[in-house]
Amino acid sequence: MSTAGVNSQNGTGTGQTYANGPTQAPASLHQVPGIGSGMTHQPAYNPLQAKAPTPPGLYPYQPVPSFNSSPSAQPLLSSPLVGRPPSHTPPLSASPGPRLPHGHATPPPLAAAAAVSSSSYYPSSQHSMAPTWQFNTVPQLPGSVAPANVPFRGTVGNHVNPPASLPAATSSAPFSSTPPPLNNPQPPGPGIPPTSMHGYTQPGLAPSPGNFMSPHTYPHGRPGFGPPPTGPPPAMKPTPPPPGAPVTSATPPPPKADGALTGNGPHAPNNFNHVDNKMAGQTQPGPPNRHVGHYPSLPPGYQNTSHAGPPMHPPQPYTQPTQPYQQSLSGPGPAQLSPSLAAMSLQSSTPEALRVVNLLQERNLLPPTAVSAPTPCLPQDLQKINCNPEVFRSTLTSIPQSQSLLNKAKMPLGLLLHPFKDLSQLPVVTSSTIVRCRSCRTYINPFVSFLDQRRWKCNLCYRVNDVPEEFMYNPVSRSYGEPHKRPEVQNATIEFIAPSEYMLRPPQPAVYLFVLDVSHNAVETGYLTVFCQSLLENINALPGDSRTKVGFITFDSTIHFYNLQEGLSQPQMLIVSDIEEIFLPTPDSLLVNLNECKELVQDLLKSLPNLFLKTMETQSALGSALQAAFKLLSPTGGRMSVFQTQLPNLGMGALQSREDPNQRASAKDIQHLSPATDFYKKLALDCSGQQVAVDLFLLSAQYCDLASLGCISRYSAGSVYHYPSYHQQHNPAQVERFQKDLKRYLTRKIGFEAVMRIRCTKGLSIHTFHGNFFVRSTDLLSLPNVNPDAGFAVQMSIEENLDDMQVVSFQAALLYTSSKGERRIRVHTLCLPVVSSLSDIFAGADVQAITGLLACMAVDRSVTASLSDARDAMTNAVIDSLSSYRHSVLTIQQPGLLAPACLRLFPLYILALLKQRAFRTGTSTRLDDRVFAMYQLKYQPLAYSVLLIHPALYRVDDLTDEGALNISERTIPQPRLLQLSVEKLSREGAFLMDAGTVMYLWIGRNCHSNFLTQVLGVPSCSSVPENLYLLPELDTAESQRTRAFVGWLRDQRPFFPSLHIIKDESQLKPHFMQNMIEDRTESALSYYEFLLHLQQQISK
Amino acid sequence: MAFTFAAFCYMLALLLTAALIFFAIWHIIAFDELKTDYKNPIDQCNTLNPLVLPEYLIHFFFCVMFFCAAEWLTLFLNLPLLAYHVWRYMSRPVMSCPGLYDPTTIMNADILAYCQKEGWCKLAFYLLSFFYYLYGCDKKKNLSVAMEILHCTLVDSSKNDRRVRHPQTTKT
Repeated sequence: MSTAGVNSQNGTGTGQTYANGPTQAPASLHQVPGIGSGMTHQPAYNPLQAKAPTPPGLYPYQPVPSFNSSPSAQPLLSSPLVGRPPSHTPPLSASPGPRLPHGHATPPPLAAAAAVSSSSYYPSSQHSMAPTWQFNTVPQLPGSVAPANVPFRGTVGNHVNPPASLPAATSSAPFSSTPPPLNNPQPPGPGIPPTSMHGYTQPGLAPSPGNFMSPHTYPHGRPGFGPPPTGPPPAMKPTPPPPGAPVTSATPPPPKADGALTGNGPHAPNNFNHVDNKMAGQTQPGPPNRHVGHYPSLPPGYQNTSHAGPPMHPPQPYTQPTQPYQQSLSGPGPAQLSPSLAAMSLQSSTPEALRVVNLLQERNLLPPTAVSAPTPCLPQDLQKINCNPEVFRSTLTSIPQSQSLLNKAKMPLGLLLHPFKDLSQLPVVTSSTIVRCRSCRTYINPFVSFLDQRRWKCNLCYRVNDVPEEFMYNPVSRSYGEPHKRPEVQNATIEFIAPSEYMLRPPQPAVYLFVLDVSHNAVETGYLTVFCQSLLENINALPGDSRTKVGFITFDSTIHFYNLQEGLSQPQMLIVSDIEEIFLPTPDSLLVNLNECKELVQDLLKSLPNLFLKTMETQSALGSALQAAFKLLSPTGGRMSVFQTQLPNLGMGALQSREDPNQRASAKDIQHLSPATDFYKKLALDCSGQQVAVDLFLLSAQYCDLASLGCISRYSAGSVYHYPSYHQQHNPAQVERFQKDLKRYLTRKIGFEAVMRIRCTKGLSIHTFHGNFFVRSTDLLSLPNVNPDAGFAVQMSIEENLDDMQVVSFQAALLYTSSKGERRIRVHTLCLPVVSSLSDIFAGADVQAITGLLACMAVDRSVTASLSDARDAMTNAVIDSLSSYRHSVLTIQQPGLLAPACLRLFPLYILALLKQRAFRTGTSTRLDDRVFAMYQLKYQPLAYSVLLIHPALYRVDDLTDEGALNISERTIPQPRLLQLSVEKLSREGAFLMDAGTVMYLWIGRNCHSNFLTQVLGVPSCSSVPENLYLLPELDTAESQRTRAFVGWLRDQRPFFPSLHIIKDESQLKPHFMQNMIEDRTESALSYYEFLLHLQQQISK
Repeated sequence: MAFTFAAFCYMLALLLTAALIFFAIWHIIAFDELKTDYKNPIDQCNTLNPLVLPEYLIHFFFCVMFFCAAEWLTLFLNLPLLAYHVWRYMSRPVMSCPGLYDPTTIMNADILAYCQKEGWCKLAFYLLSFFYYLYGCDKKKNLSVAMEILHCTLVDSSKNDRRVRHPQTTKT
């Protein structure tokens, strides 16, 4: 059908072959307001500005690359380096004034460009859709995008939509392989036992009164997941916007004027529409005129690296590489850098990332707000279309030429991916032929080169391919003969609707099976009520279509199935007590169509919590329940959610307690980090083979052997949630977290029967994968389910020298079935420069990504070898890289611990890792907590795991609106990031520590009474209640500010961090203090001691 | 006339080593297939794992034979591999079935490279030992023949009338 659309338009398009130059501009002007900080629109994402301002003569700012002129003039549009000065280095160093703050050093034309380009963001964010961070809002330009002759793909997206808005996917009806359960003539009575010897009884469920018609159609989407709500202009480049409002009037032509595929609804032809703009308007208007001097001045005694730049905000797209640090006056000058570096820099200035920092002298290394990803040193036109670093990030943004060079740099090379991240806008292409390289199967991407109109050269294997006829037509500009302007070639992140060649079987329906522990222990915790309530509330928001199926299994020492077949007056419970040889009593009616049997499901959910109230069964036959669930799901595949509250101790997969509580604080090696049995791993592999993913919710006060149980999720691409000491009454903070997590879990996007393949340019190869999945071949991950909160890490190695290449590319292609039964391919392509000198490698180091990858490697190491091994390896990693820097890059040796500015946080992060729950020794850590922390490090996307490693500390008693963000009518104050040291605390203040999954609000003993009364609503510090975990909603400016700030922090991540308000004498204070990473503890070094240790090792 | 027990050991080891060479080649091919994406790691592990213990047992078996035959030099040459096998099996991942290879870790580039290298090294070792056994076998046989000749000559010297028969055996 879409082909028809293309062809018909091809006819019309041929006339105006090269005519889209003029038409683009209006289109893009239309689009800017709508799309916010779209991935493809990064006007200011410009390496030239990133590193240092460029002399205008050298690199004239060209927002619109020259394709607008006749295409024949530029046949080689994607071979970026042709005709450029020697590769990427000039941008690094082309600063006219080496040590000037960037803002002032910027030559006028560029400054104007920066201001102009950032200004293009302002309108966009102001026009952003109202609930800016709403996860599932699907604004989607309804009328405009819906094409005439192609089904409106927008709503068929994979988002959670209220069913009302979803037309039943009629097209998918033929695919439903399983007969609808209602046709099953089985009588509801007890007359259907398959084998009488396995007696199962069928106590009916008491029908609960009231017809629960699920009035809570949840406003789909809890506010705020995905990228943090800030894409303020400063984020784009170090060039700070000039003080004063940006020049809004001068909206520049967007960089790629024809990237219009996303915004120009009316102009967009039918072939593709952008679907996923549910978070439209990501970009929040940053404070345009934020003053530099806003932050409280630093305490004396520190070498002040003043923060000339506007504040950054937590992980955000297109943030600048390094903070615009004003260079420390005490730092060694550029003269000390190696000659190669000096030669490299035209003006003999040092790139900011390579500024030498003496860590022993400079204390104040943290940027004012979150650290952001460095920008690869690519030509501007490539960089503009490069993949968002939140999705695809490399530890080294400059790839070394050879493995020996990489070994010399002593830094890990790897990629960190967040492939299924909720994106604010995502171009979706429907096309009957997906253009791929014929030899390596790479998807066509922005970094290929067109030899001429009819041939393109693959950027991964360098094979020359033909451009198919259909590809010649550009649906955006509706012109013919411009294949390089197709959306596929304009977007580094794109989604294809896959034709039937990409299906091994008809797309599966969304199938959800819930496996619930109902033993005495489980009932005690009271989680069942919360679960049933959450599911009842969100039952209409479960992603899926008319074929969606659900099922329930509960278990204690027996397995209980629930017959929910349509036509029954109430759900039937079927009990199977033969746990050794599990079978399904009525295979057809246990998984039922959600739409047809919604009432029965609701009945069941309402009665379930009461059903087991008086149970005295303490045993748990989890293994058998999992096997039963696997049998139930294996014909279709789907998602299995397992809720477990104790160590499984019956039947298959029974485990013994392996934890010795006396060893929790042992400084010796930690045992039992590896699984005790391979039962769960084997079952997970079976699940993976049948496209079943298992998500594990562990709610337990005692040891549950997560190291063994977790395998079930790890190899089936599920996720693990851990709620230690969960209890309905005793631990309300955990209950709240569980509720919020469940809601997100139930309503978030999901992709079924997915595989992800990561391809890279010839010469590079994949070494190891990290995350939850099963590796099916060297570059292919099998992901029965993929969810938007899953991150992956890949270690790379360089097998052949990359001498003759200037750039390399990586492509991650995720093929999945959406919950609407569509087969889709999401492709991300990242392009990075190749460099030949060590100093360039160091200049491109991404310290957060390196830390994240090292954490993954250390987790592997501690499981296969030992924890102390892993700790040593991490310390050695920082020693090796810093000593390599010292000996190979710096020519003049001087005392102190020297690091390039881009790695200045490396020792701090490594120290934080050593003190992280996963790796710490000497501090009492429960084995499950430790193993869970390891899982998180491997599985969380980098943006979230950074907080787990190095929490953020803010002072919140003096929040002001100065410099605040403005997000959908809310004012979000932006306090300064503080170092994690007790010396930063004061008794007069209140401090918020954001540790990823948990937040602590520490109230000083002499806290200002103003804060206490206005924010906490208590007269004095002593009257702050214990176990306070909610900020009272007071109608004061202070309260609003604090709540807005906490809410904003929470909205940035998909899980719900619980808030604990603690005082000096609180029980939780040790937890708070443990995160004071820079301080000394009985068992661990302080930051300064650690630095001394490093220095000692390096100078050896 | 008869072989000594040692000669028998050598001949047996020769045959078994030929089998082990095939095991090693199979191993190398299997890992090569894994590396080039032809096979699913689960299938590959399922085919490889049952072969691990037989290989180790065969090797162990003729080591024991050499021990019994008091072939100390040969035993000494085989001991490192024997020790390696024991170590390798002791440090295998947690598995409920016999075998060494875990489909979840086998695709790790380090492990894959290690297994491939292991295959090549073993192949080399088995090939060398094959020729060594061949030689040993030959030597033992000659030795036994020589001893027989010696014996015969001793007997001959005592019983001169049977001189005719024995030269024929020496020709064999």
